[in-house]
Amino acid sequence: MISMTPRKHIPLSRTLLTPVVSIVLTVIIGAMIFGLLDYNPLSALYEFFVAPISRPDQIGDLFVKACPLIITATGLVFCYRANIWNIGAEGQLIFGAIFSGGVALAFPDWPALILMPSMVLAGMIGGIFWAMIPALLKVRFNTNEILVSLMLTYVAALSIDWLVRGPWRDPMSFGFPLTKMYSDAALIHRIEVPFVGMLGQLHWGVVGALLFACVAAFLLSRTILGFQIKVMGDAPRAGRFAGFNPHVTTIGVMAIAGGAAGLAGMVEVSASMGQLQPNVSFGYGFTAIIVAFLARLNPLGVIFAGLIVALAELGGDNAQIVLGMPKVVTGVFKGILLFMLLAGETFNRYHIQWQRTGNKLNLKEK
Amino acid sequence: MEALILTVLLTSVPLIFAASGELIAERSGVLNLGVEGMMLMGAVSAFAASSIFGSPYVGILAGAVAGALTAAVFAVFALGLATNQVATGLALTIFGAGLSGLVGAPFVGGTIDGLPTLAIPLLVDIPVFGNLLFNHDIMVYLSIGFIVIIAWFLTQTRAGLVLRAVGNSHDSAHALGYQVLLVRFYAVSFGGMMAGLGGAYLPLVLTPHWSEGMTAGRGWIALALVVFASWLPSRILIGALLFGGITIMQLAGQARGWTIPPQLLSMLPYIATIVVLVIIARNREFARANSPACLGQIFIQNK
Repeated sequence: MISMTPRKHIPLSRTLLTPVVSIVLTVIIGAMIFGLLDYNPLSALYEFFVAPISRPDQIGDLFVKACPLIITATGLVFCYRANIWNIGAEGQLIFGAIFSGGVALAFPDWPALILMPSMVLAGMIGGIFWAMIPALLKVRFNTNEILVSLMLTYVAALSIDWLVRGPWRDPMSFGFPLTKMYSDAALIHRIEVPFVGMLGQLHWGVVGALLFACVAAFLLSRTILGFQIKVMGDAPRAGRFAGFNPHVTTIGVMAIAGGAAGLAGMVEVSASMGQLQPNVSFGYGFTAIIVAFLARLNPLGVIFAGLIVALAELGGDNAQIVLGMPKVVTGVFKGILLFMLLAGETFNRYHIQWQRTGNKLNLKEK
Repeated sequence: MEALILTVLLTSVPLIFAASGELIAERSGVLNLGVEGMMLMGAVSAFAASSIFGSPYVGILAGAVAGALTAAVFAVFALGLATNQVATGLALTIFGAGLSGLVGAPFVGGTIDGLPTLAIPLLVDIPVFGNLLFNHDIMVYLSIGFIVIIAWFLTQTRAGLVLRAVGNSHDSAHALGYQVLLVRFYAVSFGGMMAGLGGAYLPLVLTPHWSEGMTAGRGWIALALVVFASWLPSRILIGALLFGGITIMQLAGQARGWTIPPQLLSMLPYIATIVVLVIIARNREFARANSPACLGQIFIQNK
């Protein structure tokens, strides 16, 4: 039988080692699954984790892929710290894209200096709007935010599908489900790195994402707001005695997560697509959940976690092209990684021993 | 009209299976959010098995086994290692969606023979109802049978009492000498088997092919159904038929040439789920009456 004793003190080395061990185990298990499915495990792993970052411009692309993940996961960190299970970031991201796209399409003549901030604002409002539905329903009626936020993801995906096939479709798109192209002022441009030039698709949104994570880290560790979120997550009773309102916390963290996801949607469309289409997100909202956990709910950790998971995403694309694997194979990795991280958390917090059941000697010793 | 009612009935079958299985898991105190992943594994295994062996009945079996095995993965982590149940369930859904796509890739584009209908002699000849109630495939009868058995098990048997005790107060149950984790393991595995059966119904009857993510959120709707049913098996039947009806409404609407965009009609089941959750949650006593007190809480043996 397993016996688990809580550790009194968790050394920092253990905390930092958990994600590393989890990744290593995930890769080993992934290789075994590849082997079982008749792929060559070593070449599969090469195509997955090495080939996608073997050129400098590909490093740029890695950051681009990580961009929406970092922004969204940073927002989710606030929710999960407060023990609010928002798993509908995908829908909030889509609504950010819809709202910011609405502004970009309605005012194509505005100069970038006005249009860009308006789009950022609209994107965040869109995400917050979509996150407020589960938040307010939870506060008012005590409905389950997990199910409501997830159901709204399906509604959001159908909403954008309807918009780009119906009222917002470009009449000149030859029947393709696409809106008009954004005006130049509505686009996020690529970065010209001094002496190097363009680095893949690297764009200014990536810089924004990194800044966003840093601001979030400051908010969480150095302000009363961050303290309130942590207390309400770890010890809601103590938080109430301290005068923190659980309803306000719920609405606050959902607004932060929704705003972040909406911002990610805005950035993704403005930087990488230039127009709205039925699929503006490729499961970024769900993948961001794993990023948040890999980062151990730390905004600065989110940057690294985002890059690692983005590598798996790029690897999945590459394996699809080179080895003919289905795209969903990345999902297998992501699922296993989350399992390993959660198990790691247990090994971190408890001292685990295997005991034989019915061992009488044990009783005597006591 | 009869055809419409039949479709509603068939659409609700996967929900009946998945929701009643999850009900057992939740009654034992375990919240397994991985229903969608378990259904997908059941669906792909059922399709693969029946296209390899040429028999949809082997498919049913494969779906049940695959669902139970997927649930066992959840049990190892959430019960054995006491991980957070919400996050572990999410991991299971992500994992199941990925693995089912990987396993099912060679089968995309293939078709299988669906489950044959088995008319019950004599009863099927009753006017009006006969054809509607007694001329179905075996899984329709099974789903109703399971609801009856689960209701009986929970209220009339000693094992059912132990299961509820474990779900309502794991510490007391443990003190009385019951194996909390073992009971929960059985409950979770049963839930997985039922989700697998629900998933299996999709390729075996509703759409005779396999495609990635073909459950389209049914696993999540099943989770909502358990809340809707306030953890009572008989109400799952009502809820599943209700959702079956709403899902079919979009098809009926399209067939009758309604001018509402199809996407808006497709939203109906999801919006209905939210509305139902709100209505149920508003009446706290109703919502709490049968809710397992230890739902989602971690139990650590020998701590």
